[in-house]
Amino acid sequence: MKFDINSLGIVLALLGAALAAFGAGAGSAKGVGMGGEAAAGIITEDPSKFSKVLILQLLPGTQGIYGFLIAFITFTRIGVIGGDSDISFAKGLLYLFACLPMAIVGYASAIRQARASVASMGVLAKKPEAFGKSMLLPIMVETYAILALLVSILAIFGVSSLNI
Amino acid sequence: MAKVQMQRIYIYALNKDRKPILEKLQRFGVVEVDDIIPEDDIFNKADVSKAKMNFEKNIAAARDAVEVIERYVKEKKSLLASLKGKKDISIEEYDNFRHKYSETVQTAGRILSYEKKIAEIKAEINRLEAQTEMLLPWTSLDIPLNFSGTKHTRAFIGCLPKEWSLEDLYAELAEYMPLNIDIISSSKDQTCIFALCSRTNADGVYEALRRIEFSLPSISTNKAPAEQLNEIRLELNEKRKAVSEAEKAIAELAKFKEDLLFLQDYERIRVDKYEVIGRLAQSKNIFILTGYIPVKEKAKLEADLASKYLLAIEFSDPADDEDVPVLLKNNWFAKPLEGVLEGFSLPGKTELDPSMAMALFYYMLFGIMLSDAGYGLIMAIACGFALLKYRNSMEPSLKNSITMFFYCGISTVFWGFMFGSFFGDVIDVIASVYFGVTELPVLKPLWFVPMDKPMAMLTFSMALGLVHLMFGLIMKVVQLVRQKDYIAIIYDALSWFCLVISCTVLLLSMEMIAESFNLNLTIPPLVTKIFAVLAVVSALIIVATNGRESRNPFKRFLKGVYALYGITGYLSDVLSYSRLLALGLATGVICNVVNKMASMAGGTGVVGTIIFILILLVGHALNIAINVLGAYVHTIRLNYVEFFGKFYEGGGRAFNPFKMKTKYYKVKERIENEV
Repeated sequence: MKFDINSLGIVLALLGAALAAFGAGAGSAKGVGMGGEAAAGIITEDPSKFSKVLILQLLPGTQGIYGFLIAFITFTRIGVIGGDSDISFAKGLLYLFACLPMAIVGYASAIRQARASVASMGVLAKKPEAFGKSMLLPIMVETYAILALLVSILAIFGVSSLNI
Repeated sequence: MAKVQMQRIYIYALNKDRKPILEKLQRFGVVEVDDIIPEDDIFNKADVSKAKMNFEKNIAAARDAVEVIERYVKEKKSLLASLKGKKDISIEEYDNFRHKYSETVQTAGRILSYEKKIAEIKAEINRLEAQTEMLLPWTSLDIPLNFSGTKHTRAFIGCLPKEWSLEDLYAELAEYMPLNIDIISSSKDQTCIFALCSRTNADGVYEALRRIEFSLPSISTNKAPAEQLNEIRLELNEKRKAVSEAEKAIAELAKFKEDLLFLQDYERIRVDKYEVIGRLAQSKNIFILTGYIPVKEKAKLEADLASKYLLAIEFSDPADDEDVPVLLKNNWFAKPLEGVLEGFSLPGKTELDPSMAMALFYYMLFGIMLSDAGYGLIMAIACGFALLKYRNSMEPSLKNSITMFFYCGISTVFWGFMFGSFFGDVIDVIASVYFGVTELPVLKPLWFVPMDKPMAMLTFSMALGLVHLMFGLIMKVVQLVRQKDYIAIIYDALSWFCLVISCTVLLLSMEMIAESFNLNLTIPPLVTKIFAVLAVVSALIIVATNGRESRNPFKRFLKGVYALYGITGYLSDVLSYSRLLALGLATGVICNVVNKMASMAGGTGVVGTIIFILILLVGHALNIAINVLGAYVHTIRLNYVEFFGKFYEGGGRAFNPFKMKTKYYKVKERIENEV
């Protein structure tokens, strides 16, 4: 049987989707875990702060969702869930690259955001009235995850309308 | 949309009226007391730390007592109880508490002493149980453990490590016959033995036993172990009975829990009162109270106090350099956001209250980010229900946030229908799975579906962002007008306004940009030219003026150029609004995933339908939780960073009136009827 390089297209596209889900998901898992450890410490001292530390703990969790989102949108375009599975090698590679921003930035930003979150929990423990401000610091990190998400989404939509 | 106007208040009154006047002020709760009058030969300040300490001790005792009660008497707490707020109590009940006061303090003491007793007895029980543990291997020995022998014999009672058989022991000690060895008990870890030998051999036997690591028992008794155990058991029973009696006594005192809670509030009120007494300037016969009062409250307070007591009240406008406390007053639409504003900072001295300006965009931004009619409906119904059920007793701050989420929910419903999302595409899924409808979508969006046209949504997000930012600049103009800094309006606000707008128009006039946004604009060249000129002029104004605090012209110029570089800040601010698209998509896509999973796993038939519904319930519940949190924090971020960054600094101090600050009860006021 003759090897057709275009049969690799869907493989690469799926690899991209998997990387996005994996990178961002692993980052969020690690980040939320770090937040949870710090949150547990605060709750032992003051259980009434539970709802507030929970918010801070969940902040680095969004990257995992974004990664999942990218993976899902890719699925719908490449025939795994709906869409056309006839994907050329070039197109598959493009999908892979389109997913990379979310995979890489998702991983890095989740962990950095988690560190900011943990630091903010320290603020919350000592100065509960500064909760609004302390919540803002981790949110600043989130911006870059959102930008990566946008780039990935726009790229995937763009690639799917390309005719190659 | 305003800060409440404050005035200074001075009250001069007789010491003999001090108590009733202060109580009245505390009930009114409209005056913030400070101490600006320095001590001198005539006026000095009372030392109240001792009295306050006493009250605080009572608060701590009552709190601990309540904790003890809650430990022994379990009470069911409903999940919604935290929404309920404080219990109402009438002023008569409050006054009558005086008669119960000392009794309640004693009750707290009694509960704590019972608790202490229980702890002591429990320690004793632990000790006895440890003894029992040690005595158990010796139960079959019928002589006391400290028995050492008779006139001619010597007894050794003790333990050997590991398990020993009688033969091995006899073999070990064979040279010291005559000898009697009994194994009292043996286990894998130790063997308890009783050895009897003649006194003449005693030393040798001891040496031999030491060689095989013989040790005396860790407990010594002068009664036979079995007898001793019996006694300990009796004692243990007695102690346990004492514990349960003490617990019962605590349970009986549990009916005073309400009183103990009230005692805490009562003492808190007194602590506050003494705090204020400590701030009064007092002479032999009169005292002076100084503070701040909202202007609209002063007439009522003055009338009420002057009619009853011999005193003089003076009001004056605060000086410019005074740190006047801030109290906000807003209408129903903006009031719920006061808490969010306070999370940033209250408006500073020369600033406006931005609540209303925030409100105009806040609910909308939240709605666009969550953008699902179904989720909005759930939020609105849940918050509406809580508001309705606990409308009278809910804490004001909690009420504010729940009202905020109620409005956010309504806005989400609106935007959900605009973007055609009701629990994602659940209507389509149900229609196609159960009713075989093929004409999809059933629920058509009023505007467009962001997932189909992401670029359109991105354009809308950034356009909205631009409007929001420009509105921020307009707020700055309003603020500068109020500060009468007219020159800064042109230099710091209008120049930027013109620059940003004209740059936007110029960008859009470029074909490449307009194309990528799918915009079909034809901007006439003349208009482009006008805006180009405008952009250059405003840029020049910025370069020329934004470094105006520096004298050195070169430095001034450099500072101006650096300020112009701030245009990149506007670019990133506008881009930041792309999160409206991202979060909206996140909600929508996960909704659709849940629906898809449900339709794939479930389907027609009874079991299929149950699975279908189950997956929908769990999936959407998770999605709501995560995305409401996301929408909430990102709305706040857009407000704090992008919007407030344009005009608002904050730095005000909250108005903290002298009032009845309680934790569990709310003393119902009837001052109107009293007058």
